[in-house]
Amino acid sequence: MIARAHGSMSPKSTSTRLVLGAAEVAREAVRLVVIGDPPRVERLGALAGLLRAGDVVVVNDAATLPGALRGTTADGEVIELRLAGPIDGRRLDGVLLGAGDYWIRTEHRTAPPALVPGARVQLGPVGATVVTARGRRVTLDADASGDALWQALYAAGRPVQYAHRPEPLALWTVQTGYAARPWAAEMPSAGRGLTWEILLGLRRAGVGIARLTHAAGLSSTGDAALDAALPWPERYDIPAATTGAIAAARARGGRVVAVGTTVVRALEASGGLPGPGVATLRLDARTRPRVVDGLLSGLHVPGESHFELLTAFAPAARLRAALAVAVAAGLSAHELGDACLVLDQRDQRAGAAAR
Amino acid sequence: MNITGQGALVTGASRGLGRALAEALAARGARVALVARDAGPLAEVVAAIRARGGEAHAIAADVAAKDAIHRIAGQAHGLVGEIGIAIHNASTLGPVPLRLLLDTDCEDLAAVLETNLVGPFRLTKVLAGAMALRGDGVIVHVSSDAAVEPYPRWGAYGIAKAAQDHLSRVLAAELAGTGVRVIAVDPGEMDTAMHADAVPDADRATLQRPADVAARIVAMIADAARAPSGVRLIAPAWGVAS
Repeated sequence: MIARAHGSMSPKSTSTRLVLGAAEVAREAVRLVVIGDPPRVERLGALAGLLRAGDVVVVNDAATLPGALRGTTADGEVIELRLAGPIDGRRLDGVLLGAGDYWIRTEHRTAPPALVPGARVQLGPVGATVVTARGRRVTLDADASGDALWQALYAAGRPVQYAHRPEPLALWTVQTGYAARPWAAEMPSAGRGLTWEILLGLRRAGVGIARLTHAAGLSSTGDAALDAALPWPERYDIPAATTGAIAAARARGGRVVAVGTTVVRALEASGGLPGPGVATLRLDARTRPRVVDGLLSGLHVPGESHFELLTAFAPAARLRAALAVAVAAGLSAHELGDACLVLDQRDQRAGAAAR
Repeated sequence: MNITGQGALVTGASRGLGRALAEALAARGARVALVARDAGPLAEVVAAIRARGGEAHAIAADVAAKDAIHRIAGQAHGLVGEIGIAIHNASTLGPVPLRLLLDTDCEDLAAVLETNLVGPFRLTKVLAGAMALRGDGVIVHVSSDAAVEPYPRWGAYGIAKAAQDHLSRVLAAELAGTGVRVIAVDPGEMDTAMHADAVPDADRATLQRPADVAARIVAMIADAARAPSGVRLIAPAWGVAS
């Protein structure tokens, strides 16, 4: 599985001797460790020089929802709904927490009150009826839809956030520079540092930029059983222009570089075909990407599922060596922190496997 | 640009030119998100467009507020999908009767700039990136001849509109080659509530109807050849030569 961010595991595992920084990094100051032999640290602004003309970079253009909604049950008990994906008509799909706030680690949050189908809740200005409820997992139908539901969501909702960041997140903080439809429960943060200075520079360097929309879900529910099943099935939508750009890149020997694991998940689920779909596949160390040749991602240490995914692109020893360089340079593993870039080194990986 | 099927956003859409623009876009088959501060009048406009078979959605928000910007963009994307047309039409004169600059309170000038200049900048900042990735989009800044002529007593408004004209040109230069077109349009004098606020004794018979001006602006949006990125067009002259 992929844990997309660190969830409530603040801020980073210290069980390894590779201890990355935990500070937030300004978008314009993001650095990345380039996984290779030897590994090196660059500014993200140098990305165009790390890729080749003919490569194509694929981003997730989902905007981040204000998906955390405080509310009350019919009995007046306090609840918090965290949307796990886009709203669909009246349907709200997500995780229900009991009293408390984001300063309390998710796994320590009070369990939600027991609700049965048909139970009524109030979420800010809008009422809703429980459709299904099993522990923290819940679906509801809002009383409003369309204009009124969107207005209520943006009036009452806040971006989902976790205990390791004390200051409240603003929507401004959790949007990429190309955000479009609000489908993401949490920010597709690998693209956070991609300023338009960088994106236009990539274009000038002959690197294509393509997009898809992937409904990045929650990285943590605070419930061990639910967390073990993350990520849940997630909607995606891939424009024909993007699959066309990928096919053209491949035809000319260019590489397909995903910005974030959500893009890997969508592209690998799609098999390279355009259109809407639902990604159900789980990416892990055994994944052998067929569409994607490289990944720009946040930083993760061995033992995290995210790190294991990187071994699909490069040998583990090479990843560890790169992380040591990242640690020495003070790079941050905060989800609003620094990054890593791994480009196809499967030749080496295959060689290692053969030995 | 083919207007049919486009997602469009119009600010200041509850009356005057903004309402006419939303109606004209919806009549041409666009899915339109209408933004205005007052929910009541906005709901009436949305209902009127829907009654004629158009697709319209209401977003009650003040473009001058920074924390309203992502709400506007998020609701609009949620309601109409990808946005191909953004029209910055909302604007304020500041206090009326209009005052000389030396009689203008500092706070009033700042408020006019927030609505007429900074608001459009912020909204473009969160909408244009997605347009540039798609390689298609049109951004329209509604201007005024007060942006060019130094009319006494139109200072706060004119300063903001002049700066917005330049915002339009710089954005056009920076987005060159992305497929996003950025234009400014001086609509000319129209029979609107804003005009009545500014010039109470005007002869309304001499003023253009907002619907006629809106039709010309929608034609500009559709016509990339005659309304290329970076231009500032005068609506009353549009189409006269052709």
